[in-house]
Amino acid sequence: MKIMVAIKRVVDYAVKIRVKPDKSGVETKNVKMSMNPFCEIALEEALRIKQSGLASEVVAVSIGPVQFTETLRTGLAMGADRAIHVEATENIYPLTIAKILKALVDVEKPGLLLLGKQAIDNDQNQTGQMVAGLLKWPQGTFASKVVLDKEKQVATVDREVDGGIETLSLDLPAVITTDLRLNQPRYATLPNIMKAKSKPIKKFTPQDLNVEIKSDFEIVEVTEPPKRKAGLILSSVDELIDKLKNEARVI
Amino acid sequence: LSTLVLAEHEGGSIKISSLSAVEAAKSLGGDNSVSLLLAGSGQSLKEAAAHAASSHPSISQVLIADSDKFTYPLAEPWAKLVHLVQQRGGYSHIMAASGSFGKNVLPRAAALLDISPITDVTKISGSNLFIRPIYAGNALSTVRYTGSSPCMLSIRATSFPVASLPADSKSDAASIDQVDLSTLDEDDSVGKSRYIKLSSQNVERPDLGNARIVVTGGRGVKSAENFKMIDKLAEKIGAAVGATRAAVDAGFVPNDLQVGQTGKIVAPELYMAFGVSGAIQHIAGMRDSKVIVAVNKDADAPIFQVRVNLFVFSLQNEFMLKQTMLFSHYVIPRDREKGKGEINPLSYYL
Repeated sequence: MKIMVAIKRVVDYAVKIRVKPDKSGVETKNVKMSMNPFCEIALEEALRIKQSGLASEVVAVSIGPVQFTETLRTGLAMGADRAIHVEATENIYPLTIAKILKALVDVEKPGLLLLGKQAIDNDQNQTGQMVAGLLKWPQGTFASKVVLDKEKQVATVDREVDGGIETLSLDLPAVITTDLRLNQPRYATLPNIMKAKSKPIKKFTPQDLNVEIKSDFEIVEVTEPPKRKAGLILSSVDELIDKLKNEARVI
Repeated sequence: LSTLVLAEHEGGSIKISSLSAVEAAKSLGGDNSVSLLLAGSGQSLKEAAAHAASSHPSISQVLIADSDKFTYPLAEPWAKLVHLVQQRGGYSHIMAASGSFGKNVLPRAAALLDISPITDVTKISGSNLFIRPIYAGNALSTVRYTGSSPCMLSIRATSFPVASLPADSKSDAASIDQVDLSTLDEDDSVGKSRYIKLSSQNVERPDLGNARIVVTGGRGVKSAENFKMIDKLAEKIGAAVGATRAAVDAGFVPNDLQVGQTGKIVAPELYMAFGVSGAIQHIAGMRDSKVIVAVNKDADAPIFQVRVNLFVFSLQNEFMLKQTMLFSHYVIPRDREKGKGEINPLSYYL
């Protein structure tokens, strides 16, 4: 079985972002970029499934500008066998991404498609669900545990939901999106980083895949959230209780 | 305007977060007729439908899909159901609260309808103009929907609180209609997923998403044993208990208590954080709280940069059962949550 993993390049999670003065978006020039942490977890899970002998190949795919190949190279250094880069502009929306992923699935025919549950830039949390719908595959979103049964061709997925942990059984092929506690991604070792340089990255354009880039919405502006007024340092619990009771009136 | 609200129910009642979606639908515009879509099977669905019909004056119709396929809220049949109901009803908007149910179902349904959904909306400025937080709430994005009908949204329940309803709202109960499900079997993804179980920690406490007061513990709490103090305090003041990712990962509490960018979003009247350093991912989940109290040894902890309304430094008194002193022994970890502060070697080579 082949596993496909979708990967997004985002502003590194430790970077404090800045909104551009012209309100057109968030500054991404000269900012450290990394693989989206949830995508790292998805890739790690694919690699572990392969190591356990349940998959034969891990293919990392990414859709975006040419710099996205650097992030794919990171994925190859972590252990993906090969990569596919679909070159597209930065502002490509999740529905189009989902259509491109579906087209790639139609070409590659993986038994499992893994994605992060959300990207930490736009926080949309929708691409995995959409590609599952387009493929008519079952979906296991927000996965914190994945167990594959090769015989029965079934994945048992624990999902982090509002009320606790929900367990589902999905027929393969399936789409799984990963939550934080699924695993702890590995770092690439130096030999693997060297090896990754010679692994293939295949190129496509959305046109090659017959996907029309469509935009159903426009970003009017991006602004900073309103500032709260400064806090107070209190020195005693009595003072706190007094403030909460008489000033804030919340207890 | 006509809006279809995808609603959840539990124990014969509609969930409050779904009523927040109705509240949000109200703000789309004046002449909006709101239909509520409920799915399930048997008696609990009937009870929920009756409850829903008189739960909010803006609801004009309750649609119920009664089938074994909907005994559990699986995305595959639900998405197909939304597709079906939209084809018949031609709604201008489809909405759901962005809890784990809405996040799971709405985008899948949108893909079937070839629509780009707008998720996690916190403000509605018009029938096609919305504000949603991005980058863990560190920026706000104003989005204009320009695509075809329906416009599909998930809304953050804490941003659309349900106003207290008049007691006589029962008098104008909405109509309850069955959805004809005879064509639902056509989609071949229905039946490819099966519900096995839900494991939950059933604690008699206010629901984290809707609580008026939330008491949260972070890594600084240090142990599951110490976390019991958080529980005790919460019990005393009728608060819900929350936690940071670090506290969940350390095994102090189960995952459904996590507050943050990827966990629950809360906006209570009072948020009290103990031993929480305030990673941006955590702040994202609580920044809209009305009053924030942070109890922390380290005055430089990032949580204080939220510009909290009130904050407490070095608690030494009886409020936290005198045991609060324990909190003053912790050191803020400055390392990355993942990788324990190691630098990814890749950054040197790529």
